[in-house]
Amino acid sequence: MPVDMSKKIATRESYGNALAEIGAEYPDLVVLDADLAGATKTGIFKKAFPDRHIDCGIAEANMVGIAAGLATAGKIPFVSSFAMFAAGRAFEQVRNSVGYPHLNVKIGATHAGITVGEDGASHQCNEDLALMRVIPGMVVMCPSDDIEAKAAVRAAVEYQGPVYIRFGRAAVPVINDNPEYKFEIGKGITMMDGSDVTIIATGIEVCEAMLAAEKLAADGISARVINIHTLKPLDEELVIKAAKETGKIVTVEEHSIIGGLGGAVSECLSEKCPTRMLRIGMNDVFGESGSAGALVKKYGLDADGIYEKVKAFVQA
Amino acid sequence: MNNLELQKTANEVRKGIVTAVHSAKAGHPGGSLSAADVFTYLYFEEMNIDPKDQKAPNRDRFVLSKGHTAPGLYSTLAHRGYFPVEDLKTLRKLGSYLQGHPCLQHVPGVDMSSGSLGQGISAAVGMALAAKLDNKDYRTYCLCGDGEIQEGQVWEAAMFAGHRKLDNLVVIVDNNGLQIDGKIEDVCSPYPIDKKFEAFNFHVINCDGHDFDSLRAAFKEARETKGMPTCIITKTVKGKGVSFMENQASWHGTAPNDEQYEIAMEDLKKAGEALCQ
Repeated sequence: MPVDMSKKIATRESYGNALAEIGAEYPDLVVLDADLAGATKTGIFKKAFPDRHIDCGIAEANMVGIAAGLATAGKIPFVSSFAMFAAGRAFEQVRNSVGYPHLNVKIGATHAGITVGEDGASHQCNEDLALMRVIPGMVVMCPSDDIEAKAAVRAAVEYQGPVYIRFGRAAVPVINDNPEYKFEIGKGITMMDGSDVTIIATGIEVCEAMLAAEKLAADGISARVINIHTLKPLDEELVIKAAKETGKIVTVEEHSIIGGLGGAVSECLSEKCPTRMLRIGMNDVFGESGSAGALVKKYGLDADGIYEKVKAFVQA
Repeated sequence: MNNLELQKTANEVRKGIVTAVHSAKAGHPGGSLSAADVFTYLYFEEMNIDPKDQKAPNRDRFVLSKGHTAPGLYSTLAHRGYFPVEDLKTLRKLGSYLQGHPCLQHVPGVDMSSGSLGQGISAAVGMALAAKLDNKDYRTYCLCGDGEIQEGQVWEAAMFAGHRKLDNLVVIVDNNGLQIDGKIEDVCSPYPIDKKFEAFNFHVINCDGHDFDSLRAAFKEARETKGMPTCIITKTVKGKGVSFMENQASWHGTAPNDEQYEIAMEDLKKAGEALCQ
């Protein structure tokens, strides 16, 4: 089924919409922001539930701690900021005040990766998945589109414990709009079947991987595409099955190739099913200013870039 | 409890601190002893808590933001009936539930994990905020160190608490004047502490942290303060009650050896006997 590029929405928008929708069902759901309610789209929730939206000012460390305190009292707090500040600046607060006591705090991090665009490297967090994945007991999710982002928020609310969800700034195509779609924490989704190679992608790179697979198909290369929306716990069964059946694995993420999806899949396969691998992502470099589209192209994270690398990898 | 009973209890709490840290051969006696009277007042007089109903939704909350003084909190909780006093000897030992720093998941009576300085106060603010959101009348108490308030997060939390007018929150600053590297005013002075909290829209009370009349008056005033959080700055002596530990920064995080343990317990035994005369 070809990718439908006509409908586009940023997953941060989906986040705000989901909070407002699910907030109506869960009176204990509260949302915290650090002066970015407009950008993180929690403003949508604020409009619906002004008394349950808590603006903490520009103080992310304190915001995470407040969320922890709220969680001890039975609230379901969603902490929102840019990934750089939620996972980066407040890392130790997330680790010690949320992760260690295993509190029911949800971290909704927007503006992740290089598609932040023009703001440049200071705001392009390519390290958040690695940082969050290493915290014991933390669920780490990175949804690929509007449908999945909303489903991830709902799953996070229904799950008891700390959850990190990564959202993007840029509008991306809706790729999961089908009646069979089902979201389950820790269960990857096979988007396209194939036998020569498997491209395992997460977040906004799932769509690019699918487009790349279509191009590869035209060259006679059959690529399977797997959507790993949950990096932790990783769907090891699906990853190992793909490794056994297609022999070659490529990971694609809008994140450093160190510690994120590429790291997680490498860890799994090197121990349980050693397989030839290629990691596509930010290659241990900082980003820079530019439009989201221009950056994705420059760093080889668009369909063309993925296509070229996978083709070379398969033919090598 | 009357003042004499509180003094006797605090003396027992101090014995528990010294015993626990001696047994662990590690830990933080200085700041535990300086805050022993505050711990005692909170758990035996001020707070609405019940060891038999530890998770009661409307119980008062306590967060030990200066989490390294866990021996003080643990000894108080043990003497209040949360767990056996005998277990204090397992502090910091492999397999013990008495972790080196307060642990929400494992230690009965602990309302929040803490230990990384500056973080506990934010959690306390969250607890106080939750009460406001739910129209509950429980109160939240948070104990900070005077060195700890060098952490920027303390002031992020204070700004928020003042802004939100959290009059159900009491932040206590244990002003024993010493931190690991020496006197707080020599290391990086947080003074004037009172004016700082006032500037963050707190009602501030200075009191003698070893005088139960003074503590009683301060917590009563805090309870009567509406429309703003309260900060109680308790003037204390680090290592209070153990002769050779008093006012010595070196006893911040050092355990007494066997000989020192005997002297410390003798000091506290004599103090206890004096209270019985």
